[in-house]
Amino acid sequence: MYPIYKREMHAYLTSPTGYIFAAVLLAISGVIFSFTTVWMRTTDSSVYFTVMLFMFTVLIPILTMKLFSEERKTRTEQILLTSPVSIFGIVFAKFLAAFTLYAGTFAVSCFINFVSLRKVAEKALNFPQIMGNIVGILLVGGAFIAIGVFMSSLTENQAIAAVTTFGVILAMLLIWLLPSFINSPVVRELIKWFSVIDRFTYFTHGIFSVTATVYFVSIAVIFLFLTMRVYEMRRWN
Amino acid sequence: MIEISNIVKKYGNLYAVNNISFKVNEGEIVGFLGPNGAGKSTTMNILTGYLSATSGSAKIGGVDILSNPIEAKRMIGFLPEQPPLYLDMTVKEYLNFVYDLKHCTLNRKKHLAEICEVVKIGDVYNRIIGHLSKGYRQRVGIAQALVGNPKVLIFDEPTVGLDPKQIIEIRNLIRSLGEKHTVILSTHILPEVQAVCDRIVVINKGQLVADAPTSDIGRAVKGTHKYTAKICGDTKTVLKVLNGVDGILRAEPVTEREEGSYEYAIESDASIEVRKPLFYALCDARLPLIGLESAQANLEDVFISIIDDNKKEEN
Repeated sequence: MYPIYKREMHAYLTSPTGYIFAAVLLAISGVIFSFTTVWMRTTDSSVYFTVMLFMFTVLIPILTMKLFSEERKTRTEQILLTSPVSIFGIVFAKFLAAFTLYAGTFAVSCFINFVSLRKVAEKALNFPQIMGNIVGILLVGGAFIAIGVFMSSLTENQAIAAVTTFGVILAMLLIWLLPSFINSPVVRELIKWFSVIDRFTYFTHGIFSVTATVYFVSIAVIFLFLTMRVYEMRRWN
Repeated sequence: MIEISNIVKKYGNLYAVNNISFKVNEGEIVGFLGPNGAGKSTTMNILTGYLSATSGSAKIGGVDILSNPIEAKRMIGFLPEQPPLYLDMTVKEYLNFVYDLKHCTLNRKKHLAEICEVVKIGDVYNRIIGHLSKGYRQRVGIAQALVGNPKVLIFDEPTVGLDPKQIIEIRNLIRSLGEKHTVILSTHILPEVQAVCDRIVVINKGQLVADAPTSDIGRAVKGTHKYTAKICGDTKTVLKVLNGVDGILRAEPVTEREEGSYEYAIESDASIEVRKPLFYALCDARLPLIGLESAQANLEDVFISIIDDNKKEEN
């Protein structure tokens, strides 16, 4: 598994992909952070993190679109699938590489943002809340990356992988608006249960929610599992 | 070393491979011969665990590729039809990646240096694969298959797209690899297997047509001999003379090469030497023979003769 992880990291760092992702994330997060905190004269960063979730619709596909689709197109997947490595190893290594770049870049942006905020802020920062937000955003990011990985395994066209990932992530976020249009309390509760934003809200308050954690980890596990199934099934068809 | 039994691969209602069985013994070089679309690549992909067969089993060194894939894959070096190269890596990075991927335990530096020596890619070792020519990429593909010194080497059309000099080099390389490894190579070029392989397995339309030592397959086509002759003179007279030579079964003009001279395809009985009588007959008729060469038996001839033989056996 480790060689594949290493290769993916190498591919990110020697091609434009990794740098485009990092540059876009740092730029967007910097701008949004200034608008939602410094300009609003607040040290509460919850709005910033929630807005960042919507930015993931664009950011995550950059990271995941080529993970499997390119290997399929150039047939390099043949060396992976005919080497003594399990399919789980291949899928998880790729997921982990994308997650590493994502978490690493996010860590840098958080460091820049909060150090700057601390310099200019009149009030002290609420560290437990910030930590809650960071944990939350890492979990959501992991879940979304797993979705991107899955979408990338379905096609050999990177553009299709990117667009479908964008669509699915956007839908999972916008589900949050639906309950206000629905009368049935049961359906409303059901939608709330699925809504990423409703789950994420716990973390923005600085609360570590076990159910929300389980929810996000489950999404990641389910989509990685589905990716493995895609590869198993393609062997048979 | 390799045991394929009753492999079937269906895509919908289409049989890509239909009930193929054969064995390859340790140290053998087996040529897997068939026209395009015969199921060669599919069979090789099944053998290496890239695809799964609809039914049947494939064993490498006694280990089933389906029930124990990791153990079986450890014994295989595979060069697919399109070499699986990461174009953004240097040859060095790529071979090191493959070394790690295959959990190789040999001395890294020494082993990779040996491989580069064998496939002659030392001078491009630090270059990016995307910048290499087709011939070099093919060699890097072969190098990749050699990493870890696997017992079994599987090459899918290793000489496709190479220039004649490279083809000869790669053939010699495969021959020398056959001394230490069990090799299966697929091709649709008959002279290639005749040059390299001990045994030939012929498949057509997903089915096994023949499995025999190289010399026997050669004999199968040698019921008749084929020649191409360039002869000056009027075609009618020439044909009359040709058909009068004892042993010539068929003669027909193919094209006019130079003014006044035609190229003829001649088929003769293999048991009779016709070249000398042919020469004297033309001499007597004062028709200059300006060229004579034996035509290579091609894949179609092999198929026709093998299929004919099979039919005779059935009757």
